[in-house]
Amino acid sequence: MNYYQPEIECASQEQIRAWQDERLVAQVKHVYENVPYYRNLMQEKGLTPDDIKGREDLHKLPFLTKNDLREAYPYGLLAVPTSECVRIQSTSGTTGKRVVAFYTQEDVNLWEDCCARAITAVGGTKEDVCQVAYGYGLFTGGPGLNGGSHKVGCLTLPMSSGNTERQIQFMRDLHATILCCTPSYAAYIGETVKEMGLTPEDLDLKAGIFGAEPWTEEMRRDIEKSLGLKAYDIYGLTETSGPGVSFECTEQKGMHINEDHFIAEIIDPETGEVLPDGEKGELVFTSITKKAFPLLRYRTRDICVLDRTPCACGRTHVRMSKPMGRSDDMLIIRGVNVFPSQIETVLLEKGYSPNYQILVDRVKNTDTLDINVELNPDQFSDTVKEISAREAALANDIKTVLGINPKIHLVAPKTITRSEGKAVRVIDKRKLHD
Amino acid sequence: MSLKQISVFLENKKGQLAEVSALLGGNNINLHALSIADTQDFGILRLIAENPEAVAAVIKDAGYICTLTDVIAVSVPHTPGSLAHIVQILSEGGVDIEYTYAFAAADDDRAYMVFRVSDNMTAAALLGGEGLKTLSEKDLFVK
Repeated sequence: MNYYQPEIECASQEQIRAWQDERLVAQVKHVYENVPYYRNLMQEKGLTPDDIKGREDLHKLPFLTKNDLREAYPYGLLAVPTSECVRIQSTSGTTGKRVVAFYTQEDVNLWEDCCARAITAVGGTKEDVCQVAYGYGLFTGGPGLNGGSHKVGCLTLPMSSGNTERQIQFMRDLHATILCCTPSYAAYIGETVKEMGLTPEDLDLKAGIFGAEPWTEEMRRDIEKSLGLKAYDIYGLTETSGPGVSFECTEQKGMHINEDHFIAEIIDPETGEVLPDGEKGELVFTSITKKAFPLLRYRTRDICVLDRTPCACGRTHVRMSKPMGRSDDMLIIRGVNVFPSQIETVLLEKGYSPNYQILVDRVKNTDTLDINVELNPDQFSDTVKEISAREAALANDIKTVLGINPKIHLVAPKTITRSEGKAVRVIDKRKLHD
Repeated sequence: MSLKQISVFLENKKGQLAEVSALLGGNNINLHALSIADTQDFGILRLIAENPEAVAAVIKDAGYICTLTDVIAVSVPHTPGSLAHIVQILSEGGVDIEYTYAFAAADDDRAYMVFRVSDNMTAAALLGGEGLKTLSEKDLFVK
């Protein structure tokens, strides 16, 4: 078993708790003194840093949401002078105003440690060739894994995303053994490998680290088959640093949260109440080591479960489940809660491509749900009757899961915009009318 | 005797047919027959052309979904009642017709019918028994 920082990754629960208590107290003081925006939020609740003596007091602190980040854009949550900062990263800004996160040199250093732990956990060593096909630039994916790969000592291929045939050529010529990218891009690389007349045996890949997007177990199996590797999940968000907040080990049973840097809580998204471990709710993170952009109790909107049972890999840090949906990805259609991941699961079960697009609209005061799904070549029949029957059968399968009837449109392969960054899965036109 | 029809999945949107037509023309592919079945969302383009395997490969390479389908083609007198006659033979013989399309040339006294049926062998035998020959690629394309 390989660890990047065994003394931290396998520390006792008591040790982890001691680090968290000490670092939280110092962090609250740092934020209170340097971030007027958060100081105001604390004062509104009648809190001073003296009220936070350890993790048991964490629940007293106010939450931060994406809205706070937008309101405080760009410098409102910065806790050190910009002269101490060496880097910014930013979100894609698809859901509104961009979020800009700042890093000191030490923040970058610790973030890269987290990514190095993730690469080591999937078997990465200095003997490996690590191809980073996440986007480079403002997006955290490329820079994070690139830094982690350097720390492990892998030969790093800083490919960024796109130009898929060139990716595959480098992958073959330089014998890449680890691939890091979004899961939808990994699936696309897998399809392209096949189209080029190659098989997984033509590649040397052994492990893939795929994150920044929701993906299902079915998609994991598809990617593992098409690229001949073991596919691992990694989690993170720009607001907390980037990828590496948590990562999967070879057990593939949840992602270990780097608890020496982040305290995780699960709350009831309606009431804000902290829920016990093992209950499903919204994940909330508190950064306890970041200096430039230290968010306290940041609501991720990701719905998941924490698991503190011991992991066979030897790591002691708590594991989080794959996010089961986002409290703000959830669509309410005709009064029914719909998560895009539910639709994806049905598509993969029924042998369809994981490339789909959900279109929600409102016609004459009734919500409509249309789903475009790419037809696989082997599902094509030359009679209208059979294709229409396929559409009807798929609509019925989805209705069984969602409880509402969608209209299915089978479309030609590769016509749904594919992500080299993030996939646009949902188009909700209803917002345009409100 | 059956014939290979090239079947192509098209989305029902502007320019799709123009794109495929340009592709075929650009690759010097001459069409002998064509039919389109369409719904609100998609269409199926059905083509008869010489060397169907090569034509299908060109279409697939361009990124379309395309398959080869066995159909039968029959040459009949270009006179009223020919279609009714064939349909009756097939129907009485228990062969279902999925779809059919036809073409005829003014300088010819024959019309050609293409059928997608439930059972090609039975259909060919039934028609043959009535003196109606089903055509092969050779009959259609070699002058």
